[in-house]
Amino acid sequence: MIDFHLDARSGISPYLQIVGQVRQALLLGLLSEGDKLPTVKEVVAKVAINPNTVSKAYRELEHLGLAAAKPGVGTFITRSLGHASLAEHGPLQQELRAWLTKARAAGLTEPGIEAMFQNTLRESAEEEK
Amino acid sequence: MNAILQTHALGKRYGKRQALADCTLELPPGHVVGLVGPNGAGKTTLLKIACGMLAPTTGRIEVLGNEPNGTPAQLARVGYVAQDTPTYSALSVGDHLTLGARMNPRWDAKLARARVEQLNLDPKQKAGKLSGGQRAQLALTVAVAKRPELLILDEPVASLDPLARRGFLRHLMESVAENDTSVILSSHLVSDLERVCDYLVVLVSSRVHLAGETEELLAQHYRIVCTRRAPSDLPAGLDVIWAEHSDRQSTFVVRTQTGLPTGDWSAEHLELEDLVLAYMERAVEPGRFTTTPTGDTR
Repeated sequence: MIDFHLDARSGISPYLQIVGQVRQALLLGLLSEGDKLPTVKEVVAKVAINPNTVSKAYRELEHLGLAAAKPGVGTFITRSLGHASLAEHGPLQQELRAWLTKARAAGLTEPGIEAMFQNTLRESAEEEK
Repeated sequence: MNAILQTHALGKRYGKRQALADCTLELPPGHVVGLVGPNGAGKTTLLKIACGMLAPTTGRIEVLGNEPNGTPAQLARVGYVAQDTPTYSALSVGDHLTLGARMNPRWDAKLARARVEQLNLDPKQKAGKLSGGQRAQLALTVAVAKRPELLILDEPVASLDPLARRGFLRHLMESVAENDTSVILSSHLVSDLERVCDYLVVLVSSRVHLAGETEELLAQHYRIVCTRRAPSDLPAGLDVIWAEHSDRQSTFVVRTQTGLPTGDWSAEHLELEDLVLAYMERAVEPGRFTTTPTGDTR
């Protein structure tokens, strides 16, 4: 079972944060096919958020084909992304490393790099909507 | 969908003071509604009218389809936790549950006991000896155990420290998930409501200034930063809520139902708190933000 946490200052809506954390747990191998997600009640009792937010996140996970609800039982992971998938993207990671080196050489500090990454990520996510 | 609360031109006057004016609202069921506004805005007045503890001076109100008339049938359907979560200080925790059981036809004794246990409250402890957070939790337990369809809470977390606040909201959200209860809770702090409310009502100076689903409201509002210009120079379809001008720059908070057209500006969505503050400032100084900037260079 995994736990969720929410960042109020991230500017990312809470339900998308939950979706993101499930994806991340899948990538890290913390979750795999057949695993049960915490119930809505369990989540809200831990992080004090609106139950509809959790339901919406779970619906989105179903829509993405990552999870399925079994009525009266719970929501289950239907697909493993596994450790392999991050490793498969080795070339991408190398590009990112090279970019980070360039950014530091250009005088960007870590907070600056983070801010630029977050902003660009958000902008590109909005463009793709 | 039957509204949990529906008001039409509702008003309440205390002598010369208008506590609530022209309040027209329709709150859909299945939500946690945040009623937000500065102190003295009329939040408590509205909530007390909804519970049947106050009679309105003008207008109409229906709660769960009925006038809040104080009949036992109606009282059983609405749970109310008053400001500062009052309890009976001379009575023990256990007495509170016994009292709740005697006074409420739908009382869920099992739920009440389980909750008290989970909170680690000693049933023999006098309520007057409990901490603020524990007292708030006891008041919530009693309100939830009566199994209401609608739970109304007036500034429930205002006087609690951050830890107790989080504990209270967790308990509240768990009850909502468990029983599908609709909730209306008031606060003068948006940060208290941000994560728990999916519907927002902004009440300022006795009037409703904004109401809607939180997510929709967030999607409809933008902060635009551009070269100094008058609100009238913005494209049609943008409703200017708030504005500020420096000698060369203008900042607007706008609302649009149809999406934001591209323009020579940078635009981003607002956080809930900034959005609410924009409406509050506008409510206090109507007209200030829609006029052409003239002399106020800063």
